[in-house]
Amino acid sequence: MTKQTPILEARGLGIAVGTGGGIFFAGRKLDIVMDVSLSLRPGKIVCVVGESGSGKTTLGMALVGLTPPTTGEIRFDGAPLQDFSKASFRPIRDKSALLFQDPASSFNPRQRIGDIIAEPRRISGEGATTSEAIASLAQLAGLPSSLLSRFPHALSGGQARRAAVARALSVVPRLIVADEPTAGLDVSVQGGVMNLFLDIREKHDTAFLIITHNLAVARHISDELVIMYLGRVVESGPTAEIFRNPQHPYTKALLDSEPVPDPRHRRNEPPVIGEVPSIFARPSGCEFHERCRFAQSLCRSEAPRETAGANGQRVRCHFPIGQAVGEPALAIA
Amino acid sequence: MSTEQQQTRPVLEIDELSISYGGRPAVSNVNLTIQPGEIVGIIGESGSGKSTLAHAILGLLPSSATVSGRALSLAGKNLLGADGPAFRSVRGPGAAMVFQNPMTTFSPLHRLGDQLTDLLWRGTSLSKEEKRQRIVAVFRQVGLSNAAGRLSNYPFELSGGMLQRVAIAAALMMRPSLLIADEPTTALDVTMEAQILHLIRELRAEAGVAVLMISHHLGVIAEICDRVVVMYAGRVVEQGPVEAIFANPTHPYTKALFACEPALIAPGVNRMPVIDHEALRRHADERKTA
Repeated sequence: MTKQTPILEARGLGIAVGTGGGIFFAGRKLDIVMDVSLSLRPGKIVCVVGESGSGKTTLGMALVGLTPPTTGEIRFDGAPLQDFSKASFRPIRDKSALLFQDPASSFNPRQRIGDIIAEPRRISGEGATTSEAIASLAQLAGLPSSLLSRFPHALSGGQARRAAVARALSVVPRLIVADEPTAGLDVSVQGGVMNLFLDIREKHDTAFLIITHNLAVARHISDELVIMYLGRVVESGPTAEIFRNPQHPYTKALLDSEPVPDPRHRRNEPPVIGEVPSIFARPSGCEFHERCRFAQSLCRSEAPRETAGANGQRVRCHFPIGQAVGEPALAIA
Repeated sequence: MSTEQQQTRPVLEIDELSISYGGRPAVSNVNLTIQPGEIVGIIGESGSGKSTLAHAILGLLPSSATVSGRALSLAGKNLLGADGPAFRSVRGPGAAMVFQNPMTTFSPLHRLGDQLTDLLWRGTSLSKEEKRQRIVAVFRQVGLSNAAGRLSNYPFELSGGMLQRVAIAAALMMRPSLLIADEPTTALDVTMEAQILHLIRELRAEAGVAVLMISHHLGVIAEICDRVVVMYAGRVVEQGPVEAIFANPTHPYTKALFACEPALIAPGVNRMPVIDHEALRRHADERKTA
């Protein structure tokens, strides 16, 4: 059953930030992420999907301690973190690697690629830092070893991404948190990065938390999906089930918005209009009700709780798609 | 320019256009014609020359670029070898451009109303109030709520999607015969992308503007284009009606590009195909020798 123990587990995680000064917002706490629960097992790939401002990046950063959570619980390898101090994240930080959204800006521009890849090993004291060892790491990530002596500016987007992966693999991680790993890459390069992730998973049983807005990528690479809207998880569950049968109206709108590469299937109308509301002025009740075509009066007044839907999906909606309208879903827990 | 003339001749005519930087070719022997009201997509990967081609149409290339060819004409004006003033005269009424990142399209220091008023410098006969009305009208046309109020907004006060609408409004206000959109939805979220694509399609129907849409996203091209041009390594490798190309791509590169599109791969296949550039190079060499 050890295989079943999640590497990383979060329960009721909330992240709030102070809004600083100003006459109107002084001393106010602003909720960026609210009540997020997820678990990540070894060798599993979970994709967190949502639009700008959904809190997906903040969530990813919070799970490795870069933005400390304010409420909730995190367990790493079954052991709960005592508090959310920098020191308490040490076990996670030692065993995980982070791939930032813009790899080129996550490198020191004055350091050579080889040194950048070797740095985690030098700091942790684990693994060899000889040029052969670094070259084999680069090879694992599909980065030509001729680039190791170059500076970051000489790399293309895809090469920089591979260098970031090589650095992540430098101290074999049990968990990789990747923020938009395919953003800004051409499709064929995207495919290469995804294949690389799958190879790493196969070899090391590494778990992945991938933050992305690319639904096509999420569909192919992930085992589970977490859909976020305005800092909350609105739907989560097995990827195939969610694509087959999205139950939250927002999930459905999101899936339908993705243009299909087939000119015979054009949409007459955009699936959802308007944009994500400001977190400074959260709508009442269900936060999606203003844009939801199924919204009823209950949705305006009362926030829905997360309920267990069919096929392992969990959905935060009063009237999930596929269930009789007019009959609120039964809340569990 | 009368409407009759517009209907009888193409908005854009490019014949055997080549662009190079110090002897290194960036775009080679491109032929492209766009009819009034047509939406043409250019698809290709980074470095395929699609943006270079678009910039050449408006004379936005750096001075280190060498442009040659048989024809480059926009709204009936020959622009091959044209100088600054000649390009200035077609920017706006000939073609207007919408860029990828709406956040950097505008000056952060000036109100949107002032920036759009500046674009109307040609309209010397228009009074200040007439210019204001024209801007408000075009804001309404692109679906901006509180159109009059937006004039006093600074760019940072609007979201990316709203700013891209302002950028499209600014382009439309010039009443161009061709709207060049360089990856206009790449920086936007999918739900906003769907709305912007819908807007572009509506504008074509209402204003009859032709659109040159540059994208690396096959879905975007399939969604709104009538014709598609596939570019690879500075060359047009294939072009035709979008239905025909998507149903039956013939060039090996187009086939490889389509094969990589995750949305076209059946779920469950999690090994992704990648493009074998070596094989494509061999294919090109074989054709050269043949």
